[in-house]
Amino acid sequence: MAIVKIDNVTKKFGNFTALGGIHLEIQQGEVYGFIGPNGAGKTTTIRILLGILKATSGVAQIFGLNAWDDAVEIHKRIAYVPGEVNLWSNLTGGEVIDLFVRLRGSNHKSRREELIERFDLDPTKKCGTYSKGNRQKVALVAAFAADADLYILDEPTSGLDPLMELTFRECVAEAKEAGKSVLLSSHILSEVERLCDRVSIIRQGQIIESGSLKELRHLTMTRVRVETAMPILHLEEIPGVQNVEVFAGGASFQVEGSRLGEVLKQISQYDILALESAPPTLEDLFIHHYQGEA
Amino acid sequence: MIRKLFHNTTVLAGLIWRRDRMRIPVWILSIALVSISVAMSFPSLYPEGPERFIIAETLKNPAMISMIGPGYGLGNYHIGAIMAHQMLLFTAMAVAMMNIMLTIRHTRRDEESGRIEVIRSLPVGRLSNAAATILVLAITNISLGLVMSVGLGVLGLEGMDWAGSLLYGAVLTTVGIFFAALTLLFSQLTETSRAAQGYTFAFLGVAYLLRAIGDIGSETLSRLSPLGLILRTQVYVQNYWWPIWVVLVLAGIIGCAALRLNATRDLQAGIIAARPGRRYASRLLRSPLGLVWRLERTSILSWAVGIFILGASYGSVFRDIDSFFQTSDLYQKILPMIEDFSLSEQFVAMLLSIMSMMAAIPALLILLKLGAEEKANRTEHLLARAVSRSGLLGSFLVIAMVVAVIMQVLSVLGLWTVAALSIHGNPFPFFETLWAGMIYVPMMWILLGVATALLGFFPKRTGMVWLYLTYSFFTIYLGNILQLPEWMAKLTPWGHVPNVPLEPIKSSTVVVSLLLAIILIGLGFYGYNKRDIRG
Ligand SMILES: Nc1ncnc2c1ncn2[C@@H]1O[C@H](COP(=O)(O)OP(=O)(O)OP(=O)(O)O)[C@@H](O)[C@H]1O
Ligand SMILES: [Mg+2]
Repeated sequence: MAIVKIDNVTKKFGNFTALGGIHLEIQQGEVYGFIGPNGAGKTTTIRILLGILKATSGVAQIFGLNAWDDAVEIHKRIAYVPGEVNLWSNLTGGEVIDLFVRLRGSNHKSRREELIERFDLDPTKKCGTYSKGNRQKVALVAAFAADADLYILDEPTSGLDPLMELTFRECVAEAKEAGKSVLLSSHILSEVERLCDRVSIIRQGQIIESGSLKELRHLTMTRVRVETAMPILHLEEIPGVQNVEVFAGGASFQVEGSRLGEVLKQISQYDILALESAPPTLEDLFIHHYQGEA
Repeated sequence: MIRKLFHNTTVLAGLIWRRDRMRIPVWILSIALVSISVAMSFPSLYPEGPERFIIAETLKNPAMISMIGPGYGLGNYHIGAIMAHQMLLFTAMAVAMMNIMLTIRHTRRDEESGRIEVIRSLPVGRLSNAAATILVLAITNISLGLVMSVGLGVLGLEGMDWAGSLLYGAVLTTVGIFFAALTLLFSQLTETSRAAQGYTFAFLGVAYLLRAIGDIGSETLSRLSPLGLILRTQVYVQNYWWPIWVVLVLAGIIGCAALRLNATRDLQAGIIAARPGRRYASRLLRSPLGLVWRLERTSILSWAVGIFILGASYGSVFRDIDSFFQTSDLYQKILPMIEDFSLSEQFVAMLLSIMSMMAAIPALLILLKLGAEEKANRTEHLLARAVSRSGLLGSFLVIAMVVAVIMQVLSVLGLWTVAALSIHGNPFPFFETLWAGMIYVPMMWILLGVATALLGFFPKRTGMVWLYLTYSFFTIYLGNILQLPEWMAKLTPWGHVPNVPLEPIKSSTVVVSLLLAIILIGLGFYGYNKRDIRG
């Protein structure tokens, strides 16, 4: 069953169109990556899912319920961490965590203690004196202490140190193991690459690509570096080859995934001495999509 | 459906109470204590007998009415009538301010800083936060009313019966609830807490002026103002309850409208969408000085208009004073005995003084903005660049000092223009009036000096300067009426200004006040350069 379903959602702020008809579906037990450049519309999409912005048109559903009308029902089963966490300066972290747990109505005391321990948080400090990363941890502890079915995370690690990021990844992996779904928006592509089953790339309010990483890679370029005995002639003219750089005794270039075999066959006539090929990283995908269509 | 909108309201009310468990009792107690102690002082200030009757007669003049409201029961001016006449309006305004500030704090300000976003991602209804705010403030206002009723009732002073005391408390509760609802509405319309607060305070000011003009000329006009309306209860004299019901119904309607807007709008959005602005910084925006102007210009311009209107409204009172002066038997009898006495001129001196305090508000707001910027970690953007601390503080201070002068000039202009137009054979030469107004500028600068010193040494306590201004206002505005001892007025800069144009300007006063302002400012710069900057 689709846990999240966004169908042709648009959002306008005055005359400005922030989302121009997007589609997105998240299945149960899936960790879904949501990436895109600044101002692409990620946070807007997430706020529509949370029912705090009203979609101008289209359908946004979570658990089959309408995101705006049934917000309270939905929120009993989700947990949210924003990128910028602002808290009441004269309440302690512990008080805030308890408040959030109480508002949700569930109570997992042992889980709360365990998470505070794992995230190395001092819950007796006032929120006004926390550093940025520590404020983020308060939100993360409150989110993962909740026994939610869907976690919505909007750049949740933007202030965390590498050690805490590791703890965060463990928490997401545990949630996935327990059959929970996760929507993760992030600019840290290695994080998305490691955690996510499927990814959507959004740009200027349009989803321009979505699928599993494997599928996406197939659509883009593999980077190849060859050393040959004889200089390769007319490399650029082979269909599917791009970004050629020739150096003494070899060349490096990018080739479309679907044409890789054909290209290699052509090159082999120059006597291959060494060959390295790297699948495109998410970063390559990202850059390919933004630059390619800019 | 309706219940879903209010899900978890009580938990959020608990949060609001947790955050304000000190703030709210302090508000309630200080308002109640001031009222009760003033009431206790009245029997000795106004001993029974013919003197009280004469005082009541002098209070019937339009200048007085425009300031403190129409007197009821002046024929039998017992302590109850005195209390309602001299204290109720100002206490009601203090209650209104309390409600404006508390409501903003828990609605638009929390939303603006992103705190409501996390709350709303939890199973919390769209209206729960607004409802929780209303709930807590309703309880606050009812408690305040009860404390006041009981406090005044048990005093058992002459004319202060329980029926009147109950109504006195009810008036304050009602005004409080009305302004809480109104602030909630403005919080929906505007995108920032500053704008919401500005609009609601402007509304309060207009309500006061409407009442002032209405009370001397037109009953209808007064009844259009919620402040005018609630004075029609004639507490301790007639004890009418109908204005209470009218204002409560109005508050209900406004509150429902606010909730309706809140339920349908996006989080963090106002009703008016933001427009795109300039692509490049203008030539002015090249320095901290330019930045302060750019940040504050909207508020400066709105204040300029507001202050001019304030002056003009006071100016419109003069015609009535003048005609009153010519017809009142009592004054015709008293006045010739006092050499050089002119009610109009006396009143001008008072007004210039009051208006300079009002005009000091925008100047203070600008200077204290520096503290707010620091709290929001925005001064680090500037101080990390080639901007010195003195340069930064200086930019805010210079603009604040200039604004103080401009505002005072505008208030005098407003007053003079309308007064000159409406009084036959204009008794106020322009330059003399202007000079009389300018004498207050050094006093306003002393206040800015106090704020600078606070910024330098106690950045978390800058709010104290508002207390000081409020204190000045009360001792000067009500000092004569309440017959406060003279040393209380001498504690404020305004207490040292001669009654220009009645008395001559003493150059020593001016020099001493300027020196004091310079010393305070110097201290502030010293402290600001030495202390830690939070961000
Ligand atoms: N209240 C608003 N009024 C006008 N425009 C808005 C508003 N909120 C967002 N926008 C615009 O909508 C677009 C999408 O913003 P959004 O916050 O969703 O971007 P994002 O993908 O989350 O970016 P980032 O990676 O920087 O977090 C931006 O161009 C933004 O300027
Ligand atoms: Mg974002």
